[in-house]
Amino acid sequence: MEKPSNQTSLAEILEITEATRSQNSNYIRDSIVESIYQHAEQITNIVVKQKELNKCPDRKLDDILTSPWLGYPLMLLLLGFIFWLTIIGANYPSQIIAKFLFTIESQLTGLFMRFHAPHWLYGLLILGIYRCLAWVISVMLPPMAIFFPCFTLLEDLGYLPRVAFNVDRLFKKVGAHGKQALTMSMGFGCNAAGITACRIIESPRERLIAILTNNFVPCNGRFPTLISLAIIFMGGAVFKTSSTAIATAVVVGLILLGISITLFTSWLLSKTILRGIPSSFTMELPSYRKPQIGKILIRSLLDRTLFVLGRAIVVAAPAGAMIWALANIHIGDTSIVTHIGQFLNPLGHAVGLDGFILLAFILGFPANEIVLPILIMCYLSSGTMLELKSLTAMRDLFVQHGWTWLTALNMMLFSLLHFPCGTALWTIRKETGSSKWTLLAFLMPTAIAFSVCFITTQIIRLLR
Amino acid sequence: MEHELHLCDLPVGSIGKVTRLLAIGLPRRRMLDLGLIPGTKIECVRRSPLGDPTAFHIRGAIIALRYEESQQILIKPL
Amino acid sequence: MKLTHRSSEKKVNGRNNNIDFSDPNIKIIALAGNPNTGKSTVFNSLTGLNQHTGNWAGKTVTHAKGSFYYRNQHYVLVDLPGTYSLLANSVEEQVARDFICFNQPHATIVVLDATCLERNLNLALQIMEITPHVIICINLLDEAQRKGYFIDLNSLNIQLGVPVVGTIAREGKGLEHLKDITYQVVNNLITPKPAKLIYSSDIERTLEKITPQLEKLLGERINARWVGLRLIDGDQSLLNAIYEHIDTFPELKKESEVLKHYGETKQSNILG
Repeated sequence: MEKPSNQTSLAEILEITEATRSQNSNYIRDSIVESIYQHAEQITNIVVKQKELNKCPDRKLDDILTSPWLGYPLMLLLLGFIFWLTIIGANYPSQIIAKFLFTIESQLTGLFMRFHAPHWLYGLLILGIYRCLAWVISVMLPPMAIFFPCFTLLEDLGYLPRVAFNVDRLFKKVGAHGKQALTMSMGFGCNAAGITACRIIESPRERLIAILTNNFVPCNGRFPTLISLAIIFMGGAVFKTSSTAIATAVVVGLILLGISITLFTSWLLSKTILRGIPSSFTMELPSYRKPQIGKILIRSLLDRTLFVLGRAIVVAAPAGAMIWALANIHIGDTSIVTHIGQFLNPLGHAVGLDGFILLAFILGFPANEIVLPILIMCYLSSGTMLELKSLTAMRDLFVQHGWTWLTALNMMLFSLLHFPCGTALWTIRKETGSSKWTLLAFLMPTAIAFSVCFITTQIIRLLR
Repeated sequence: MEHELHLCDLPVGSIGKVTRLLAIGLPRRRMLDLGLIPGTKIECVRRSPLGDPTAFHIRGAIIALRYEESQQILIKPL
Repeated sequence: MKLTHRSSEKKVNGRNNNIDFSDPNIKIIALAGNPNTGKSTVFNSLTGLNQHTGNWAGKTVTHAKGSFYYRNQHYVLVDLPGTYSLLANSVEEQVARDFICFNQPHATIVVLDATCLERNLNLALQIMEITPHVIICINLLDEAQRKGYFIDLNSLNIQLGVPVVGTIAREGKGLEHLKDITYQVVNNLITPKPAKLIYSSDIERTLEKITPQLEKLLGERINARWVGLRLIDGDQSLLNAIYEHIDTFPELKKESEVLKHYGETKQSNILG
């Protein structure tokens, strides 16, 4: 039996609690936390015995890793080493995987021949879908399998928070958070991963800034484009002997430009649509720990393999099919690809590119790593993607199509600054939960890429 | 008796005791969760190479705080 | 810092993170702890590769669960976000609090860093206020030893009133013991009796007044004293969460309008 008169209602309870709160002039939380911590302190005093007060080795390490003199050089050296290891180390396994996958291709081709499959089916499945998959897997898997374990290693060591600690001031000045340095570093591996990593930034405003600007660091899918173009157009331009050094300098310059644009757009965003004061930085600098290398390797490799394979299936396969179809369906005498390329030519020319380059970026929307192969395909009009055997051959092909070092520079700038790839945008949509921010994440870099290329081109043309 | 200081003015290597928090709202709650209650010992461990943020030793952990936050914490040097 | 581990991982089953709580053969264990306590190592060591990650429903907070078997008993381990407290200052804290509070795992393992016990106890004490089914796992004992700390686990057990297990998770040490204690807690062979935390006298006076009333309204499912404490604290996010789970509180149903109204009007206060 209920006795309503006897029962205090929720509203009354809430009144009582509110009264207690106001009696404590709204510092009730202080009192509660104080009691908890005091209790924790008492217990700790009873159960923990400290033998000797040795200044922990962590502090000595921190003296070096966050020192005013060595902090930055060591940080850059370490990150530089990881990039170098990724680029150099990925080469060999990339070739092995490519060889393996293309052996399978020729076997599949044999199979199709034996069953007299129609030409279009063979083209769509093998020359379109399979080749695109093979390209993505062989180009993406090795660098990711090297880059991410290295990063996890640094994380497990406890070094990454120190990076954020070292650079926070730069980011604070542009209204962002020091941890953005880490999400950017992740972006070098894969922008989608970098964007997901923005979860480590607690404040929504700073997190959004980090998400929207992550694209300005070139990911593994864009590095090959930057490096090949730097080598064939920038390196050889001066002296053959010093080509590698110059190419390296160009790539480093591009990365620094990307970082500057990141800081600039972060500042712009925090002064305009994401106005607000930088919020707290509160971050723990945990103890350094010996990492479990074996476990990291297994876990990272497994995760990365899954990621790349998933991406190849979801994104690259349909793209491959579409590209093949566009290149092989003819309207009149020319393929659709050529029609669109010619249509885009004026716009491309204005920003120092050409129609095919723009088309390659558009068709490469699903994944940045297929941009260069698409471009080669367009130029050769062979109708399938392929990788030219040597960089010299690539250079000759591009020069035949009217390339100068300025075209190469613009292509590199556009690759660095243009819209995020499909996976990255999809991740932005998921992380922000908003189509509006996703649209901005598409429009802002696109506008910047066009503007930068346009200005560069006009200045150089004027000077000549 | 020594004067109250803002935590940001505590020199590297010295120790203070928290007397008061000036922050309100969420920042105050975050500070409380770190164990910054009156009487808590706090040691200024090091500054970032660029001078900000600063790392403090608070209840067994090293916590980095920006200038703006450490300014909101009053301490008494020990 | 959850930068690379799971934050970047391919989401295996993003939506399907609801666990069948009605299945009596499955025991749900929550895994809580501060960041940097080796919680992930404990999680990985207990579940191996038998894991699924996704997001908590409607939140961009990574959700991981895994399962393991011990003495023919199937356990599902849910990895809660690493937090310093459960006072609902962030989405992560709310997610962790709501899981312990409303999903009522059969036991909650709290992983503490042995080198930093005081700070870590803050979280453990808060969890022990919500649920009595707590197991304390003191991890990183090797590091504590290197730094010259000795921790009296028996004494800690007495002080807290809940079972305490020491581990070095990265070397796999103590994990069998942890499983065994979990088994005993889940099967009521041990009944943890968390020591009550006493607050300032005016808080205690108010609690004395409202706790019996709250017990009537809330029933057995949720600790009335703790809810009372949160109400004194002015934590509207808990009221919202209770409103979302109103079906589990039959006595409270007729008050749902009050609850809803209160949750809405004071919404701005929560994160203000």
